[in-house]
Amino acid sequence: MKIIVCIKQVPDTKGGVEFNPDGTLNRAAMLTIMNPDDKAGLEAALRLKDKYGAEVTVLTMGLPKAADVLQEALAMGADKAILVTDRVLGGADTWATSTTIAGAIRNLEYDLIITGRQAIDGDTAQVGPQIAEHLGLPVISYAMDIQVDEAAKKVTVKRQYDDRYHIVEAQMPCLVTALAELNEPRYMSVGGIFDAVKAEITTWGRADLKDVEDCNLGLKGSPTKIAKASDKVRKGKGEKVTPDSPEEAVSYIIGKLNEKHAL
Amino acid sequence: MALEDYKGVYVYAQQVDNEISPIALELLGKAKDLAAPLATQVTAVLIGSNVKNLVDRLAEYGADRVIVVDDPELKDYRTEPYAHALASVINEYKPEIVLVGATAIGRDLGPTVSARVATGLTADCTQLDIGDFPLNPIPGQEQKHNQLLMTRPAFGGNTIATIACPDNRPQMATVRPGVMQKIDPIAGAKAEVIEFNPGFTPDNRYVTIKEVVKAVSDTVDIMDAKILVSGGRGVGSPENFKILEDLAEALGGTVSCSRAVVDAGWKPKDLQVGQTGKTVRPNLYFAIGISGAIQHVAGMEESDIIVAINKDEDAPIFDVADYGIVGDLNKIVPQLTAAVKAEKAKKAAG
Repeated sequence: MKIIVCIKQVPDTKGGVEFNPDGTLNRAAMLTIMNPDDKAGLEAALRLKDKYGAEVTVLTMGLPKAADVLQEALAMGADKAILVTDRVLGGADTWATSTTIAGAIRNLEYDLIITGRQAIDGDTAQVGPQIAEHLGLPVISYAMDIQVDEAAKKVTVKRQYDDRYHIVEAQMPCLVTALAELNEPRYMSVGGIFDAVKAEITTWGRADLKDVEDCNLGLKGSPTKIAKASDKVRKGKGEKVTPDSPEEAVSYIIGKLNEKHAL
Repeated sequence: MALEDYKGVYVYAQQVDNEISPIALELLGKAKDLAAPLATQVTAVLIGSNVKNLVDRLAEYGADRVIVVDDPELKDYRTEPYAHALASVINEYKPEIVLVGATAIGRDLGPTVSARVATGLTADCTQLDIGDFPLNPIPGQEQKHNQLLMTRPAFGGNTIATIACPDNRPQMATVRPGVMQKIDPIAGAKAEVIEFNPGFTPDNRYVTIKEVVKAVSDTVDIMDAKILVSGGRGVGSPENFKILEDLAEALGGTVSCSRAVVDAGWKPKDLQVGQTGKTVRPNLYFAIGISGAIQHVAGMEESDIIVAINKDEDAPIFDVADYGIVGDLNKIVPQLTAAVKAEKAKKAAG
């Protein structure tokens, strides 16, 4: 069985957020990590490898320094690593990112593709389903559990919804998006780190992408355009009143809540 | 086809088990706002099996027109037949805007459909406006009018971005539940109903649902709560949380608390809001007897409306509260509970 896991290097927004004195986000000071949902997806793939002897290929798109997360994935036990990096791919929105990754995956053999549900920098949850769409694959999002029946070429997934879950079966090849809650990812092993240093990371550029037109890549190929971006304005002070009686306080609150349609 | 030929604001009217999800009504409310400056109609797209009975409810909440895709293949949500249904509606009727709820369904359906019809999709929007792109004229670049401007938080809520989709149609957004306002329903309102079936032929992309398991949890996750009544050390005792629980019940909300309360052993850790607890973004957050240490504020400042009650007029919580009341919580909270109940009874009757 061949499994491809798509991973992303992201700034650590949980807890590690740093601000400049003027209140803007200090990106340079933030650590980068392997996106948590992706790491859970990698762990799920490695568990399938432990059980059935799968070959696990990790793939990322990003700047050359994104090779760091591939090294980490190799040290955890992935077999092969591919870095898709090229200046013309920069500034991609989810459409252009998914066409790029799909273009890379078309060069590979696979039974199962696992992506994280969403990355903690963009939080969109769009790239996984969009890759599946470009490749014409069945997609199962929000996986809480992934089981494989190799003989029947079927995957069974516990798919989370807001108030329920479904047990869903799909024919392989297919794409599954993983939730961080799926598992507790393993640490890199000493042997794994040693092997990872020796392992070679394959680097692909624009020319290596299969069946993708230039008009669907990078900033130019992104249908969505940023009109304005700003570091969040910290919430300002609202009103403060000192009512003479509890009755007055209550009527003030009820009045405001009605004004805001909050009741 | 020219971009101007795409017309109308469309809403994916999510239903589950033949019940309209609240997000669908919220989106209809917003769609009406957007349709006004565009001088166009609001169309709800209703997809499911035996769902035609839901049409009138969509009309009452603002749909001028409902396109119904009804087929036995659409009984429970599955990506493929639903994406085929919505993408076929888009290809047939050419809307300029399509709004989808950012639910566990919509965040799967939206990206699949947007990729299929080859347009952009902006995720988890918290604000939608009609305006110009670029926002201000730039020499040498055409400024397009009447564009959908989609605003969303990113980087874990540390930044916000406004995004447009100027060169592709439809302009698509998923919208965070609980943010947009539904309209007061118009009793007896009727919509034009169009039945549309693009045909459903199962292929490799159709998955099989083996089992549907509905969640049976009686503890509400405070991260999912729309209204939170949060108490701090100022509440005084674990017993006195009763008055907060009564208020939460009257509001249809949930009780949460500050770290001081957890440290004191008054409440369990899973109710804690803050940097070392949970980050919450309810529509309404009451901070009662909470001083407002930075570590608490970090976990709740994204709330839409913050009401603070504290006897210390210098409490830092007043720096983030929309409405701050300096006073005695023991006197105000029970009276507030009674007033909320009265207000709700009045609304139910009217």
